[in-house]
Parts: sequence; C-alpha cells; structure tokens
Amino acid sequence: MKFKNIINDLKKYFLIEIFKGLFLTLKYLFKKKVTINYPYEKGKLSPRFRGEHALRRYPNGEERCIACKLCEAICPAQAIKIEAEPREDGSRRTTRYDIDMTKCIYCGFCAEACPVDAIVEGPNFEFATETREELFYDKEKLLANGDRWEEQIALAQKIDSPYK
Amino acid sequence: MNFINDFGISVFGYSDFSSFIIIILKILAIVLPLLISVAYLTLAERRVIGLMQLRKGPNVVGPFGLFQPFADALKLMSKETIIPKEANKFLFLLAPMITFILALIAWAVIPFDENNVLADINVGILYLFAVSSLAVYGIIIAGWASNSKYAFLGALRSAAQMVSYEVSIGLIIITVLLCVGSLNLTDIVNAQKNVWFAIPLLPMFVMFFISVLAETNRAPFDLPEGESELVAGYFVEYSSMSFALFFLGEYANMILMSALTVTLFLGGWLPIIDVYPLNEVPGVIWFIIKIIFILFIFLWVRASTPRYRYDQLMRLGWKIFLPFSLIWVVLTAGFLVFFDIVPKSI
Repeated sequence: MKFKNIINDLKKYFLIEIFKGLFLTLKYLFKKKVTINYPYEKGKLSPRFRGEHALRRYPNGEERCIACKLCEAICPAQAIKIEAEPREDGSRRTTRYDIDMTKCIYCGFCAEACPVDAIVEGPNFEFATETREELFYDKEKLLANGDRWEEQIALAQKIDSPYK
Repeated sequence: MNFINDFGISVFGYSDFSSFIIIILKILAIVLPLLISVAYLTLAERRVIGLMQLRKGPNVVGPFGLFQPFADALKLMSKETIIPKEANKFLFLLAPMITFILALIAWAVIPFDENNVLADINVGILYLFAVSSLAVYGIIIAGWASNSKYAFLGALRSAAQMVSYEVSIGLIIITVLLCVGSLNLTDIVNAQKNVWFAIPLLPMFVMFFISVLAETNRAPFDLPEGESELVAGYFVEYSSMSFALFFLGEYANMILMSALTVTLFLGGWLPIIDVYPLNEVPGVIWFIIKIIFILFIFLWVRASTPRYRYDQLMRLGWKIFLPFSLIWVVLTAGFLVFFDIVPKSI
C-alpha cells in the first residue's frame, strides 16, 4: 500500500499524466480533420432529410395535389392553409396552398399524410430570408420549389421507398 | 536643429540628434516585428488548438487564413469604446495602456544576438523581474476601475496568482544566476556556451515554464478569465481598442516570457550544436526558432489541459513550487561551493 503511494507520488512529480495528455493532443495534431468548409463543401444528407417544402408535379406537368387537406389536418403547428374548388375540367384542385414557414416545425407529417406524394420536404436547408414575410410560402412558391428540386426529391424518394 | 538636440539631451540624455534617431529606429525595429508576431500568435493559437481538436481553425481570410489577424484588428478598431457609467474613467483607460506598455518595455534588455540588445544593462534580469511584477497593476487597476463584480473578482484572482508564482520564478532565476555570476542577460546566454541550463537544471526549467504559464494567466492557470464563472475576468467591461490593448499585452507578455525562458534556459541566440552549418545561421534566427518552440508549447498545453481550481492553483504555487525551488537554490549553491566552481564574478 505504501509502495503504491510512493509510485503515485513519483508519477505526480514527474508529470507522467500531463505528458501522456500532451502526447495524445500531439497525435491529434496530425490526424485527419473533420471540418467541412461549409459554404464550399457540404455534408451528406439522408434521403429522409426534412428541409424546405415543395409541391410536386406529375411528369406531364399536372400538379399532384388533390386538395384532400390531410396535411392541413395533421399539421401539429397548424402552419398549412388550403382552399379548394373544382376546376373547369371537374378535377378537384387547390386554389390556395399556404405554408407559414415560421410556424412549421419540420416534423414531416404533411409529407407522410399525403396520399399522392404531392407535398414533400426536400433536401434544401438554405432558404434563409431577409424579411419575415418572405417565409409565408404560397402555392406558387411551393410549386416553384418542386420544379427546382424535383430531381433530388425523386431520387431521395426512390432510395427511401423500400423502407416506407 | 539645436533645439531638437537640446531637447534630446535634456529628455533622453543623448548628446546628438543622430543617436537619438538611431535609438528610435532601434525601438521600432523591435516593436513592429513584435506587434506583427503578436497578431500572428493569435492566429497560430487558433490554428494549433483547432488542429488538436480535429478542426481546421480559421482558414478563410486570405491564403491559409493568414489575413485573419488583420480582419480581427479592423473589427476591434471599428467597434465602439464603451466606458461604464460607474467606472473611474481615467484609471479605466489607463489600465490597458499600462498592461500594453509594460509588455513592450521589457524587450529593451532581451538580447537578440551577441551585442544586439537595446539596453545592455548589468541588472537586466532584475529589470525584467520588476517589469513583469508591475504588470499586476494593470490588471488590478482594470478590475477596480471597471466597478463591476466580475471584473473585480477576476482582477483579485489574477493578482493573487501572479504574486504567488512570482516568488517561485524569483527563486528559479536565482538558481540560474548562481550558475552564471551575473545579472546581465548577455552574460547569462554566454554562460550557456557549453551546455544549456535546461539540461543541468531540468527540474528548474520545467518549474519555470509552469510558473510562466501561471504568470501570463495562460491555461491551465487561466482562471482569472474563467469564462464559466467570471465571463471574461478583469477585462469584461472593456471593448474596442482598450480591449485590444489588453489582448495585445497578454500575447506580448507570452512572447516576452518565452524569450526569457529561452534566454535563461535554452541558450538564447546560441545554435543547438556549435558545428559548421548551424553556427553560420544568424543568432537572431536561432533565438526566434526557440521562441516559436516555447510558444508552441504554450498553445499545446492550452489545448491539452483542463483549468485548475483556485485552491489547487494556490496549493501548487505555495506548497509545491516554493519549497521545491527553494531546495534547488540551496542544492545548486551547495554543489557549486562544494566543487569550488562558483562563477568568478560573485
């Protein structure tokens, strides 16, 4: 017991632990860094990533949304507002589809509820704006998002489809 | 011209104008590179600590982030100087100046090379010791003049810490002086021609370095600025250039203390081995290389160690360092007397 104490004291006075720590950090100095130079490089996103919303279209250009309002019903933040009436050709479409992005909590329920995969949360996470008003998305903006991100959204859906 | 000459004589003690100009140029030749190295020390610190934490550190401004210090300086200069309402204005503004000036004037006696020193005075080491002790005033005044509890507590801690560790620093310096027989820094370096004092006095060297960490308020002894409990320490209330002066002073102090360590223990401007290609390199270069090495250890230690608790800090200073350095003074003196190798000039 006493011998052990002496060894411990010697260890203290020769700063053994300090040097161990120092050499550990020295080893880390030469290790590969984990930093991603953000605006220039970006990290990998999961296909399930829930970013900015988008309204998708069918390949023929017809909008998918059938105004069932399931997304509006399920939205826990009540961020979605939909108004609908039959179109001239008799199909049921939205006349208004607003998402208040300042209310949205990005839970992804709207995308899960959607029976036709119309509203989705795309891979875009860089949609900061200078004013609050710009974050009140309307149907036009959402459809534009859909057109812009369709390729990535379709790919993500395809990759994730076995798990749905 | 006559007027200026008279002015030079009466104020600076120089008999003619040209030598007055020369001394000014010499001072600039020391201060300007020093300020630039302070700027780059801040960058080096961020990069080295970043790398040790598997980050990259600032690398965006300019190539490899080399213009980062200038961006920082611009930012600091363009900020508003805020003086708290309750503060003692005169002292509040005086404190950063004291800190900064003291960090600069100490360089007067540091020898950069053989015969390359601004003021080759015989009590150089005493002068350095005095100047580094005065640094406490800058901190105390800052803490008191801010009229803020955090700043005041930080200042008290800082002052207590610096005073405690100065004792052991003093004793360690005495050990070195015993081996040299002179207080002149040039003589101290010349005495290391055969072997650097870091080798025969290795424990002293380690203790000196640790005390220097405490003296400059660096990690793991940076509790005067303990972010978690004191926000920033004695300079919480400072902003803009007055803050920048503290910052510069702190880093200039680090460089100064590294230079002192190099002078006392690592053979100043002397090359590592006195053989042909190495001893052709100018002494200044050797001096700078050694300072960079010591500064790297400063940063390395900061990246590796957690902060001391206040009582641990005091215990280390008074109950371990003080007796140890005292014992070493006695041992060294006894050794020198016993083998009759006391340096002649004592």
